[in-house]
Amino acid sequence: MNINATLLGQTIMFAMFVWFSMKFVWPPIMAALEERKKQIADGLAAAERGKHDLELAAHRSADLIREAKEKAAEIIAQSDKRGSELIEAAKIQAHAESERIVTAAKAEIDQEVFRAKEQLRMQVSAVALAGAGKILGREIDAKSHNDLLEKLVAEI
Amino acid sequence: MTTEVLTSADYIRHHLQNLTCGLHEGQIHCAHNAEEAKEMGFWALNVDTFVVSLVLGLFFTLLFYRVAVKAKQGTPSGAQNFIEWIIEFIDNSVRGSFTGRSALVAPLALTVFLWIFLMNLMDLVPVDYIPYLAEKAGLGHFKLVPSTDPNATIGMSLGVFFLVIYYSIKIKGIGGFFGELALMPFQSSNKLVQVLFMPVNLLLEGVNLIAKPVSLALRLFGNMYAGEMIFILIALLPFYAQWTLSLPWAIFHILIVTLQAFIFMTLTIVYLDMAHQEHH
Repeated sequence: MNINATLLGQTIMFAMFVWFSMKFVWPPIMAALEERKKQIADGLAAAERGKHDLELAAHRSADLIREAKEKAAEIIAQSDKRGSELIEAAKIQAHAESERIVTAAKAEIDQEVFRAKEQLRMQVSAVALAGAGKILGREIDAKSHNDLLEKLVAEI
Repeated sequence: MTTEVLTSADYIRHHLQNLTCGLHEGQIHCAHNAEEAKEMGFWALNVDTFVVSLVLGLFFTLLFYRVAVKAKQGTPSGAQNFIEWIIEFIDNSVRGSFTGRSALVAPLALTVFLWIFLMNLMDLVPVDYIPYLAEKAGLGHFKLVPSTDPNATIGMSLGVFFLVIYYSIKIKGIGGFFGELALMPFQSSNKLVQVLFMPVNLLLEGVNLIAKPVSLALRLFGNMYAGEMIFILIALLPFYAQWTLSLPWAIFHILIVTLQAFIFMTLTIVYLDMAHQEHH
């Protein structure tokens, strides 16, 4: 346990180790630590930003959905309206058409009745002529009496 | 390790003897006992202290260097994790105690802490293993724990002391440094009284200054020497009974090992912080 040159040796060795640590050990490790700290901070900031973005996107999608719903409702209302309009128009048209058909039918019927009457009138005159001939017992000149008969027919 | 008093004393003495090599009676060889070591005077070398501390120092610097070279920013693994944990612990200690800015203090604290920690840790190696192996190898003595050799502790504290003086002069200038020694703690507005106070101040502050390296070195040396001594005494017990004492003492010693390294480091930081601060 004597104080001897070991003392100097230890001091020099100490200085060398300190120098080595200062030069080659501390700075790179500290740099790596700092770098990692920065990376982690960046990552956290990015995550925060992502969260914010997500929130914004959620808001936007909710807005879009709401808008779309509104638009769809509008479209449905519009189409409902249009549909009822169409039905209304079709009804009116159908009504007109039916009127027209009824009118035409009526005209035709009238015509038919007139024609039938005309025929009937003819036949009645023929029958009356035949009947009168028989009653009179003699031949009647159809030609000479035709004028009379025609007059009669017109009166019926 | 026998029961005889004389051999017990020899055993203890043997364990406390460094492997001191130097010039003795005209030729270089290693001392066989304390007297021979003393006769070698100053120009002798405690080879065991020197070699063990060199190996330990190389061990941690190269280990850290390997990690430092490969240090990457991604997810660290294994050794890098552990070493970054140590580095952050040291960095926090330095930030807590050192107010200035210096590229030296943190690596200095790292070196002080790890080197002393490893040297102290050698105390946990059973006291007989290494001397036994050394004897087989033909070496008379071998003290494994460098911090039980005052040369190692004083050597480190001298290094710290030089740094304290260097930074005191660098920051405050020679005048400022001596002013700090001569003009405090007693001050007077009267110039004549101030001059009369000077020798007293110099004495007080001088003692204060010298006490820093001395207390640093002797605190570490004393603690480790005492711990080693108790291990040696426990080793005198019969082998089947030793563990009853050596186990608790070793467990307690783990605390001392770390604590002493931490105290040396913290005081080094504080002393350098004081050297960097200007007093008015």
